[in-house]
Amino acid sequence: MSASTSTILNLPDQTTATMPKRNYLNNEHGLLSWLFTGDHKRIAILYLISITFFFFVGGAFAGLIRLELLTPQPDLMASDTYNKMFSMHGIVMVFLFLVPSVPATLGNFLIPIMLGTRDLAFPKINLLSWYLYLAGGTFTLAALIFGGVDTGWTFTTPLSTHYLNTNVITAATAIFIAGFSSIFTGLNFIVTIHRMRAPGMTWFRMPLFVWAHYAASVLMVLGTPVLAITIVLVALERTIGIGVFDPTKGGDPLLFQHLFWFYSHPAVYIMILPGMGVISEVVSTFSRKRVFGYTAVAFSSVAIALFGFFVWAHHMFIMGVSNYSALVFSLLTMLVAVPSAIKIFNWAFTLQKGSITFETPMLYAFAFFGLFTIGGMTGVFLGALGMDIHLTETYFIVAHFHYVMVGGMLMAFMAGIHFWWPKMTGRMYPESFSKLSAVTSFIGFNLTFMPQFILGYLGMPRRYHAYPAEYQVLNVLSTAGATVLGVGFLLPLLYLTWSLKYGAIAGNNPWQATGLEWQIQSPPLTENFTEIPIVDHEAYDYEWLAHKTEQEVTTVG
Amino acid sequence: MAATITPIDSERDRKRRSEEYDHGSGRRPPNDTIDKRTGGGGDGDNFNNRPAGRRGPREKLGRYRLAIFFALAGDLIFFIALVSVFFVTQSTGHFDPYNQYINDWHPTTVPPILWLNTAALLLSSVSMEIARRRMFAESHAMEEWLGIGRPTSKRAMPWLVTTILFGAIFLLGQTIAWKQLTLQHVLFATSQSSHFFYLITYTHAIHLFLGLGFLAAALYGLYASRLLENRQILVDCAAWYWHSMGIFWLFLFVLLVFFQ
Ligand code: HEM
Ligand SMILES: [Cu+2]
Repeated sequence: MSASTSTILNLPDQTTATMPKRNYLNNEHGLLSWLFTGDHKRIAILYLISITFFFFVGGAFAGLIRLELLTPQPDLMASDTYNKMFSMHGIVMVFLFLVPSVPATLGNFLIPIMLGTRDLAFPKINLLSWYLYLAGGTFTLAALIFGGVDTGWTFTTPLSTHYLNTNVITAATAIFIAGFSSIFTGLNFIVTIHRMRAPGMTWFRMPLFVWAHYAASVLMVLGTPVLAITIVLVALERTIGIGVFDPTKGGDPLLFQHLFWFYSHPAVYIMILPGMGVISEVVSTFSRKRVFGYTAVAFSSVAIALFGFFVWAHHMFIMGVSNYSALVFSLLTMLVAVPSAIKIFNWAFTLQKGSITFETPMLYAFAFFGLFTIGGMTGVFLGALGMDIHLTETYFIVAHFHYVMVGGMLMAFMAGIHFWWPKMTGRMYPESFSKLSAVTSFIGFNLTFMPQFILGYLGMPRRYHAYPAEYQVLNVLSTAGATVLGVGFLLPLLYLTWSLKYGAIAGNNPWQATGLEWQIQSPPLTENFTEIPIVDHEAYDYEWLAHKTEQEVTTVG
Repeated sequence: MAATITPIDSERDRKRRSEEYDHGSGRRPPNDTIDKRTGGGGDGDNFNNRPAGRRGPREKLGRYRLAIFFALAGDLIFFIALVSVFFVTQSTGHFDPYNQYINDWHPTTVPPILWLNTAALLLSSVSMEIARRRMFAESHAMEEWLGIGRPTSKRAMPWLVTTILFGAIFLLGQTIAWKQLTLQHVLFATSQSSHFFYLITYTHAIHLFLGLGFLAAALYGLYASRLLENRQILVDCAAWYWHSMGIFWLFLFVLLVFFQ
């Protein structure tokens, strides 16, 4: 490859290239070999298929919500149907898509390979996680079929404990079970990272992807149990009225908020941290540079995980917490933005003087930078007490968290899927289509959610199916954007499926990336490595890679 | 291709050192190609020198222990959350029909049998620890290695059974306590504090019940599993779980007796 080309893509000669004869996909055949597999890569694929399913289920709800909001009148559905729509949208997207998205698919697939080992520490528990996830998904679908839940994804009391016409218990069971799925995934990652690294793979030689997953795993293991007890209490309150959350019985509805957000704020970092890990890999590869400030980026993941536990009350500023504690939590909230900013700045410095190329994963990564920065900055706005009193429970909140969760996590997920697609399947996706979809979803995303910032600032409350006519223009813009966004996410489904059969054969290292996963065949062998590698170089050492390729050429060619 | 062994190339290194201008851009990792293959495990076993799967006799054990420790940390948080809910509910009042702010928390008297149960649980922890240590006695392991039966399992077995018995006694004692309360018409639904008395004892009992299952599995494993390592793992993990449930119970018991 000459230095002046605009791509680092380096495919083998397609006329002679073949897929490796033996790999994890064709090692065993039949449905049962998938359903009882212990192979982390196959489990990752199973997860990928199931979360994609739930993503489109959640997406369908989103479409209906936006359709209803096209006009100021409530003409598409009844108000409580609308409540069910946004609740099911949130529950499905948060618990069944975002939480498992990157960790359970890409993390599962890549962590053992990146660490240079043959599998996760507990393959069977890994499979169990997937079945638990499926059970959780089934209960969610059951709640849906029985008539849906209408409390919002936050299960706010007393709505969730006293309002009768809703399937809170079924949905709560679903989340309880899905919670165990993520606890087990987290445990598996933690033990693997502690105990199974290849010789020479010290903590500070691990790819940042692994660091991010380590931090997220700790959050999963220590945060999710609080959600479990919260759910149990809500269920008890509903069934036998124990009165912990019921003020008429001496309970305290605020207590629910404390418990719920003590989990759910760390949970937003469970959702974003793995995505940040993906971005580190992508940025480094497509700027041909080691991630700037490796150690700072690694520790900022841990710092996020730590601080994330001390900011939950920023969701409760107007709920009657004392002014003093609101003040403290406001300050802490602004502090937690610091490690996120550290990451953004370090990635920016990674780009500086890098040899940047603009393949699809990098386009998605750029989308991530812009959108996550906006999302994070508006988070700081919301963390400021005065602003929050004006903005809370408006569309500004909706815009904020969609910027971080869709603009951040989903873009990172797409970046990662495209980046590692050749590794997972052995085939390239069609580059022009994928660029189109990256640009489409970026435009569609901004068109959808930017107007919501304005709407929220002007005072349109969230979670209502009707609104004053003066808000219509912005809402129409938003719905139009959602349509574009929908196309942007449907396209990859189509062309990625297409590429399974017709994509160009990718070869081992199409991106010339440095990670251990790129030094083995694609798709990998079931055992990943025929011989466990001995790591004698730091992460993201492109000179090492160049040197190694040079040697291979001289010995082979 | 698999192994990524790169011989240390002195010429390449020299070239690198000469490029001093590069400092600070972050383009190049610091101290690359230094062989860092020693002692990563922290216990002097040269953990990092060998590939996973060949890191000494206790490698698998270490993995399982770490997993159980993290899982127990998560479980601890679960109980901490429960106890926080207890304290919050205890201290919040409500408005009665006459619009007066009252707090009608009436402590549930703890049935005295709980003291006996606690003693049983403590004893079970002791016997569990003995069983655990027996699994690791080196002379026993040596005998086993030499093929003289399975002394490790045999000598740990009675203590494991004792643990199960004491554990069962504890659970039985708990049911008796619940029965006694029922006779005094203190039911789950009776009052705020009885909710918590039952909630706490129930959740803990469920955990212990799982623990009994764990112990039964370990007992079965002593017969079924041929590898000493697997048997050690089963007993060891069951032991840590059991001890933690014992300690959690101590805290919960103190809470119920003295802090209601
Ligand atoms: C970068 C630092 C961040 C700060 C300072 C921040 C701050 C805040 C604040 C203060 C609120 C509460 C607003 C209100 O309800 O009045 C909020 C809501 C929210 N944030 Fe963030 N945030 C940050 C990052 C994130 C990330 C990374 C995610 C997810 C990946 C996220 C997801 C959410 C969600 C889902 C809500 C709304 C929950 C609801 O009420 O339904 N935030 N954020
Ligand atoms: Cu938050």
